[in-house]
Amino acid sequence: MSASEPLVKISNLAIDGIADETRTRIINDVSLELNRGEVMGLIGESGAGKSTLGLAAMGFTRDGCEIVGGNIRFDGIDLVAATAETRRQLLGKRIAYVAQSAAASFNPAHKIINQHAEAPMFHGVSNRGEAEADAMDLYQRLRLPNPQEIGFRYPHQVSGGQLQRAMTAMAMSCRPDLIIFDEPTTALDVTTQIEVLVAIREIVEQFQTAAIYITHDLAVVAQMADRVKVLLRGDEVEEADTRTMLDAPREDYTRSLWAVRSFQRPQKPMASKDAVPVISLRNVTAAYGNGDPVVRDVSFDIHEGRTVAVVGESGSGKSTTARCITGLLPPKTGEIAFANKVLPADYRKRSVNQLRQVQMIYQMADTALNPRKRIGEIIGRPVEFYLGLKGAEKRRRVEELLELIEMDPKEYINRLPSELSGGQKQRIGIARALAAEPKFIICDEVTSALDQLVAEGILKLLTRLQEEMKLSYMLITHDLSTVRAIADEVVVMKDGLIVESGPKDEMFTPPHHDYTDLLLSSVPEMNPDWLDELLAQRGVENLGDAAVSKM
Amino acid sequence: MPSLSVTYWSALVVAGALALFFGGRQIGAARGVARLRDLSATGAFGYSLLVVTLYQALALYFGPGATFFKWAVHGVVGFGIAGYLFQQLGRHVGTSATRKLFRSMPVTAALGILLIIAYAFVAIFADVIAPYGQAEIFKDANLLPGGDPGMGGSPDHLLGTDQIGRDILSRLIYGAQNTVGIAFVTTLLAFFIGISLGFLAATIGGVLDQVLSRIVDMLMSIPQLIFALLLMTIATAWFGSEKGMVTLFMILIIAVLDSTRVFRLSRAVGMNIVVMDFFEAAKLRGEKLSYLIFSEIAPNAFAPLLAEFGLRFCFVFLTIASLSFLGIGIQPPLADWGTMVRDLSQFIAYAPFPVVGPLTASLPLMAAGAIALLTVAVNFVVDWMLHRASGLKE
Repeated sequence: MSASEPLVKISNLAIDGIADETRTRIINDVSLELNRGEVMGLIGESGAGKSTLGLAAMGFTRDGCEIVGGNIRFDGIDLVAATAETRRQLLGKRIAYVAQSAAASFNPAHKIINQHAEAPMFHGVSNRGEAEADAMDLYQRLRLPNPQEIGFRYPHQVSGGQLQRAMTAMAMSCRPDLIIFDEPTTALDVTTQIEVLVAIREIVEQFQTAAIYITHDLAVVAQMADRVKVLLRGDEVEEADTRTMLDAPREDYTRSLWAVRSFQRPQKPMASKDAVPVISLRNVTAAYGNGDPVVRDVSFDIHEGRTVAVVGESGSGKSTTARCITGLLPPKTGEIAFANKVLPADYRKRSVNQLRQVQMIYQMADTALNPRKRIGEIIGRPVEFYLGLKGAEKRRRVEELLELIEMDPKEYINRLPSELSGGQKQRIGIARALAAEPKFIICDEVTSALDQLVAEGILKLLTRLQEEMKLSYMLITHDLSTVRAIADEVVVMKDGLIVESGPKDEMFTPPHHDYTDLLLSSVPEMNPDWLDELLAQRGVENLGDAAVSKM
Repeated sequence: MPSLSVTYWSALVVAGALALFFGGRQIGAARGVARLRDLSATGAFGYSLLVVTLYQALALYFGPGATFFKWAVHGVVGFGIAGYLFQQLGRHVGTSATRKLFRSMPVTAALGILLIIAYAFVAIFADVIAPYGQAEIFKDANLLPGGDPGMGGSPDHLLGTDQIGRDILSRLIYGAQNTVGIAFVTTLLAFFIGISLGFLAATIGGVLDQVLSRIVDMLMSIPQLIFALLLMTIATAWFGSEKGMVTLFMILIIAVLDSTRVFRLSRAVGMNIVVMDFFEAAKLRGEKLSYLIFSEIAPNAFAPLLAEFGLRFCFVFLTIASLSFLGIGIQPPLADWGTMVRDLSQFIAYAPFPVVGPLTASLPLMAAGAIALLTVAVNFVVDWMLHRASGLKE
């Protein structure tokens, strides 16, 4: 192979998806070139065709997809025309794939190292002993704790971030020429994400592996990629090297992606000392069953028209606190008061009026809406249940609510949730909460399953509704950019305890508590040198889990 | 067209598989036919086996003898054509929604629907269709099917008569009403009991769930047919065996025993729905138990439960037929397929005799065939519905 020829050359690729008797173009005339040792970032909203294009670079299409035009060459081999046998020799050996959710992609019935050794043994790269020794070496390079021993565990015995690194090690097992990373850190906490990012970047550099890095997080792609390609609904928007792309994007769409992070609502002044809080938690301690408490002695107030963000990693007790407020999990000790009146601990003992005042918006809009009910029924039920409206009055109120969330009642009122996009479903979830005309809404990671543009729309909507209706929000999130955008006060939780709390502006200016500092510094920034600077400043050993365990 | 001996047959299968595997791959690679080129060894073996067996079947069909095999071929081909025609009909007639449904439906499911409609029609209009009454006795007993007096039949009794001279066609038609009707009622009852208790256990949980589940475990641990026999004996001993009472006992007993399976399924399906956020939202809204069960859980459990209904119907139907075969199910003189198979079963021994042998042996097979055909039809439809339900989840 001549040095000038790129490792992967996709030209004028077109892929159709076939569903329900209709064909839709998923990838439309996209070309891509990737040289050895180069990392290309693919970004775009969901449905842009990033994953389909990434998989096509392996010569693979998902069920229901079909390559209808163009060709894919990997190292001079035509992958579209290649026999199954030729492809079998390439995949796993020269091309590897790292999936979004390592927890779902590992086989839970086999030890990690056995799964690691499978590909090298199948392809005859090494025997079992060599493969295991190599696995331990890779675990060491990826800075997994106990590299000699960790491979002999089952996937469920290892944390999410470690599992993602073990999967990267597995992809490296045959020293491939190309690795495709499909959103490898999207499901992880910020503190864990950073470890995985550092690990991936180092190992790709060490072995001079080419990579395609798929993500919708711009700040992540800024750290990882040499060049970035932006996709929109199957079309290529533009491609440039990372710095040019960040500093001087050519297309409006790219600029709008870049601008998302700038949305920020000014912080409201603190409530006066004698104001009655809408919700106040007083020394709440809660546990599941007879286990150890997962929330310990938590107290904070939420005032009218204000947003309190509760942040922390998964397992820090944020969602449990919300379950205590709604009454799903009665606290062991302590109490929850609504406008200074103590609420019964169990939701079954609360009156309809008390239930009406506390509403919830869920993270996964897919499971939050009954898939068998039409939008009109989903929003209409609380209207009927709480306000007693029926018939035409109920319908009018539902239409008002749909207009409030900026959706056309005529078009959407008779649809099923499956006929809506992710952002629209989340809006319906908001409308259902508003239908009860509550004072207080718990927003549980409402934007974390959404693309940035869509998420920004939801945050703006929440802000507008708060202004109009004097709503109070409790915002549960691990995404600090959301906090920066709409919160007034911040409560940082770790291991069920409140580590730090106060007005937002104070939280984002030093000095912080060590843990807050770690959380803040772990949020990737749009500066391509950010990760290098952070590494230089903190050192490799002071990131993620390692740093948390030192506290 | 000579048929093959087992030795030749196996040798041909292996030779065909090897030729297809090595030769086919070469040709496929040269011509660029992906399906031939990427053929696996097991695939080649499968195709070879199919072709050689198809030849064997044709040889048997066009050769002498093998009367039952020929009947079976006629049946399969005939039903296949009927299913295909029905599917084509559905694709071109009806609303756009039903036309779309028929386009996505395999031929097997179309045939299943056609047969179920036919059975339902026969069962509902049995009084009109049947030429004679189900208990009517004629002087000519033991007439053979076919209606040809030279072959021991009679044009008045197309499918012949049984040992005491009852018209078999009429009894088959009434049998649809009795056997299928009773099975349907029993299955409905079993589902009513099973679903309501299952959803209740899933929603409330705790002690109620434990108590109900353990009772169900206990009932399920005893072999069903023997348990049903035992309960039938106890019931008739305590409450007498007047006309109709035995049938009532049978319906209740089978419904309760079968509702245990329905309970298991609806509890499991309910458990998966209860943990969803929309259910939590409804709970937190303060909704009552009846709303939670009927408006939140039930619509989402519809697909798996409907599929289970089809399967369960077959099992109930077969249990009734077996109980009737054993003599404690549907009581004479009511016609019932299980009883008919039992009464005529000794004629199967005449099968090897030339000319009239197969006709005689077909007497018990007609009722058995009616049972088998309905079971197959229901399963075709259930398979298709399960496939659709699992496809929706993706």
